[in-house]
Amino acid sequence: MADQDMLENDEPLLVAESLSKSYGRIAACRDVSFSLYPGEVLAIVGESGSGKSTLLQLLSGQLAASGGQVSYRMRDGVARDLATLGEAERRFLFRTDWGFVHQDPAQGLRMAVSAGANVGERLMAVGWNHYGRIRDTASDWLTRVEIDIARIDDAPRTYSGGMRQRLQIARNLVTEPRLVFMDEPTGGLDVSVQARLLDLVRSLVAELHLAVIIVTHDLAVARLLSHRVMVMKGGRVIETGLTDQVLDDPREPYTQLLVSSILPP
Amino acid sequence: MTAMIDITDANKSFTMHLQGGIELPVVSGVTFHVNPGECVVLSGPSGAGKSSILKMIFGNYRCDSGRIGIRHRGEVIDLATAEPRQVLNIRRATIGYVSQFLRAVPRVATIDVVAEPLIVNGLARAEAQARAGELLHRLNIPERLWQLPPATFSGGEQQRVNIARGFISDLPILLLDEPTASLDAANRAVVVELVAEKKRHGVAMVAIVHDDEIRHQIADRIVDVTSFAAAA
Repeated sequence: MADQDMLENDEPLLVAESLSKSYGRIAACRDVSFSLYPGEVLAIVGESGSGKSTLLQLLSGQLAASGGQVSYRMRDGVARDLATLGEAERRFLFRTDWGFVHQDPAQGLRMAVSAGANVGERLMAVGWNHYGRIRDTASDWLTRVEIDIARIDDAPRTYSGGMRQRLQIARNLVTEPRLVFMDEPTGGLDVSVQARLLDLVRSLVAELHLAVIIVTHDLAVARLLSHRVMVMKGGRVIETGLTDQVLDDPREPYTQLLVSSILPP
Repeated sequence: MTAMIDITDANKSFTMHLQGGIELPVVSGVTFHVNPGECVVLSGPSGAGKSSILKMIFGNYRCDSGRIGIRHRGEVIDLATAEPRQVLNIRRATIGYVSQFLRAVPRVATIDVVAEPLIVNGLARAEAQARAGELLHRLNIPERLWQLPPATFSGGEQQRVNIARGFISDLPILLLDEPTASLDAANRAVVVELVAEKKRHGVAMVAIVHDDEIRHQIADRIVDVTSFAAAA
């Protein structure tokens, strides 16, 4: 029960306060505040143009906010304002403690180098230099994401869409990050491939006690993976709560519309 | 004795924004409590709001007003106003819910579907699987099916897997939504036995049961939901 208590008493990993972003007169993201705790999966849902991808970029420090701030509790336990991090510190965070899974695996992978190198590269970036150990860890991770070890020396451009996405996940998780951002990770995949990927992500997230912020327009993905959901419309968070509560008992007209638009399986 | 569940004047209605904003009253003035080791059965015709009340106690439906006191780790927490994180902790450590249907995750083997609640609470996989196996045995799910995902099972088999998953934990509160609906007599008897065991362990239960005989066997008290009918 010790880690139960830890789960209930620990401090947030990431805190967003009144985050806003405008492009000229267009507000892409308005006054978003929330806290994310270790091991918690938060889904950001909403249709195209609702501001969810902008929010993800603000949260991961890839885009400077027009207002508000994001603080992140570093491995030493100290919360730091992302805007005050130097470029080198931010890059280091991205290579070690964070992962970012893009919708298009080609954006997150190096398509022309081998799968093993794609995974090994992240380890080398954090100082690993023993070739044998890197290769062993890489093959271990390929197995965990259900990629045949026989394909370790092949480049991901020879892989199917589902395999590429699983490889991208391995590349992100190999450094044991505490927080992973995901932008429509199942977006470009066939339904059957999606189910397998979701199932894999779900078990890895639980096993590794990962915190995840996942942007998706697919409410089924949100239901399967997330604990909490934020519904966005016009750059604002219009409804938030436990995932099953928001999806089974939606309050806002727009959320009701989203929920009622799901085709029955 | 301190109640495990103490509901006071809870109200619930739906506002259907897509249907011109009509108000759909569900229940109002819901007030009852459940003590440790007691099984309270909700009675009333279909549509009276029995399942809605269970969902409110689980935090799946929100309350418009009122209080849902839950004793969680020795402290009473109002679920109606609790933070999402707190609700999740309460679900992990205090309240179990056996829904009418199994929401199966594709590809996960039956034995793991059943063992999962124990693993989440920190029990070793092997031990959790051993306990899952015992329960599946008792509920007459043949061992050759344990490694298969339950998605392809018959309705009755899926429900038994669901029951095993719901009863495996040692949670102090259990909500049962028609646990015996599609079961044969032998398996219904197993469920009655499981409920009796939970009572002996001091578990507080709220159940919806349509079968009169089963209700008679498990109910310590009956709460008539029609008295909570919302004024339409």
